[in-house]
Amino acid sequence: MKITLNNNTEILETAETELTITQLLQIKKYSFKNLVVKINGDLVKRGTYDLAKFKDGDTVDVIHMISGG
Amino acid sequence: MKFTEIKNALSSKAVGIAGCGGLGSNCAVALTRVGIGKLVIADFDVIEESNLNRQYFFFEQIGKYKAPTLKENLLRINPKANVSDHIIKLTPNNIVDIYKDCDVIVEAFDKAEMKEMIVETVLSHFPAKPIICGVGLAGWGGNNLIKTEQFRKLYIVGDRTSETSENDPPIAPRVGAVSNMMANVVLEILLGKDK
Repeated sequence: MKITLNNNTEILETAETELTITQLLQIKKYSFKNLVVKINGDLVKRGTYDLAKFKDGDTVDVIHMISGG
Repeated sequence: MKFTEIKNALSSKAVGIAGCGGLGSNCAVALTRVGIGKLVIADFDVIEESNLNRQYFFFEQIGKYKAPTLKENLLRINPKANVSDHIIKLTPNNIVDIYKDCDVIVEAFDKAEMKEMIVETVLSHFPAKPIICGVGLAGWGGNNLIKTEQFRKLYIVGDRTSETSENDPPIAPRVGAVSNMMANVVLEILLGKDK
């Protein structure tokens, strides 16, 4: 599956036609606690990562929020 | 554009700053100097001596609330500045109320969960409002690692990896660099691209 992830082209090795955000976080080993996630520009709220799906050609942003200010 | 034209163009704009610490205080100073029409600032905290390594406060202000004290300092730069200050712990409910009339929102919190909270709140309630977020500013050096990335209306400024900790604290030069870059993004949004 080919998507745009955080403004870069990303090819995900999978047989599925759709993936959830939870699956993406596992595949990419994203382990940060605080995230802002968007699919095609629309916010995916925390608590819905198991339900929110994306497919080939979609734009996904997983932005890590880290402390400091 | 001449400075008088820049100032004139900014005089009708309102910017919301969430948090008056290292990012918020320095960003507010930059925006006041260029003549933003209105600043809306909020913070629940008081100034501690340890804040003086990066925040725009003075020794004799230790113990005072950050939001009204920042207003006081901004008015010393420009007595005509229009600053609305709130001593309040920001939550999804009051963020919507406090910042609804702002043209741009600057996220200037310390904690990652608060950054996530305000970005989620702004993106879901005001999808058309630009929000600028500071992410990754601990330590020193690494000038060229600090950058701005845009995700539609969400702008991320910082190196995106340096989390603050006891052994990698936020200190003036790098926090100042990120906060001024955030102010610079505000101008780019409000005035259009220059460079």
